[in-house]
Amino acid sequence: MAKFKKKKDGELPQASTAALPDIVFMLLFFFMTVTVMKDNSLMVENKLPEADDIEKLNRKNDRVMYIYAGKPVAGYEKFGEKAVLQLNDKIAQPSDLKQFIHAERALRAEEIIPFMVTALKVDRNANMGLVSDVKQELRKENMLKISYLSVKPATK
Amino acid sequence: MAKRSIPEVNAGSMADIAFLLLIFFLVTTTIEQDNGITRKLPRWETEDVIPPIIKKKNIFTVVVNKNDELLVEDERMELKDLRKAAIEFIDNGGGVSAEGEKCDYCQGARSAESSDHPSKAIIALKNERETSYSLYVSIQNELGAAYTELRNREAVRLYGAGNTFTAMNAIYKDPKVKDAALKEKLDTRLKKLKGMYTQFISEVPSKTN
Repeated sequence: MAKFKKKKDGELPQASTAALPDIVFMLLFFFMTVTVMKDNSLMVENKLPEADDIEKLNRKNDRVMYIYAGKPVAGYEKFGEKAVLQLNDKIAQPSDLKQFIHAERALRAEEIIPFMVTALKVDRNANMGLVSDVKQELRKENMLKISYLSVKPATK
Repeated sequence: MAKRSIPEVNAGSMADIAFLLLIFFLVTTTIEQDNGITRKLPRWETEDVIPPIIKKKNIFTVVVNKNDELLVEDERMELKDLRKAAIEFIDNGGGVSAEGEKCDYCQGARSAESSDHPSKAIIALKNERETSYSLYVSIQNELGAAYTELRNREAVRLYGAGNTFTAMNAIYKDPKVKDAALKEKLDTRLKKLKGMYTQFISEVPSKTN
């Protein structure tokens, strides 16, 4: 007959931490799959305007081209007080858009170029003059699909 | 010498390494989802095209001045009233379409002073260079929402409660939905609804100086 070993009083077995790395790796892979790398740091203020009739923009399918605009943030005051454009990592003028669009198109496969969407990430305090200039340039380059990126209002 | 047993590799710091990686990815990545109002810009015309003649009653003018004041159909208006006014205009159905059909699904006032048919109703938006971007987006939002609201109403009428335009569009656009038959069905429905209330938001170019 087998004997049951009687546990000594008051001695709890040590909790095994062997599975901890697995759990953490699981978390790691989760974050790696659901997130996107930050591609550039912002040199302009970027508080998006509020809107509720909005559509999701799928940013993983490579069709989206971003244009940022807003007042230069602290550290970039040399670009002035007014709202400016930021294309990739540079502060730019609306006249630089042509080159930017050509560069962006060169990065993408030919078959997705007609489906490209321009996402305008414009600060809510910017004025329409700059946005109109951007829209004119986009029209000239035949980039007709645009999206005014905005956020849902915090309070309903 | 006696055979030594190989010591086991200490895996205790494995968790720390994994945590380090996790924190690195948490810091360098973003989870944010972009949402936006999608619009289509008009084609750039190199030569001057003669604009088609449109009856005044089929145009709904929205003018914003540099002080962010709204003028709708030559009257001052608050932003919150814009959506209702736009719906009344689009859904009026006072006359016939270009094909000579009456708007049998419109529920508007059928006034002779307002638009003939949703397919003829045009919203003309004009802004100044000094207009703030946030107000401009709010106006675009209200005008877009007017169309969405009408499409939702018709979607519920035709396809039953729950099948709103917004809901069907979200499923249609979702890349995770792979069901081809469902997508095709939604596509025909969405196209029909978009055909009933086609969005015509025209922007009057602001002066360049």
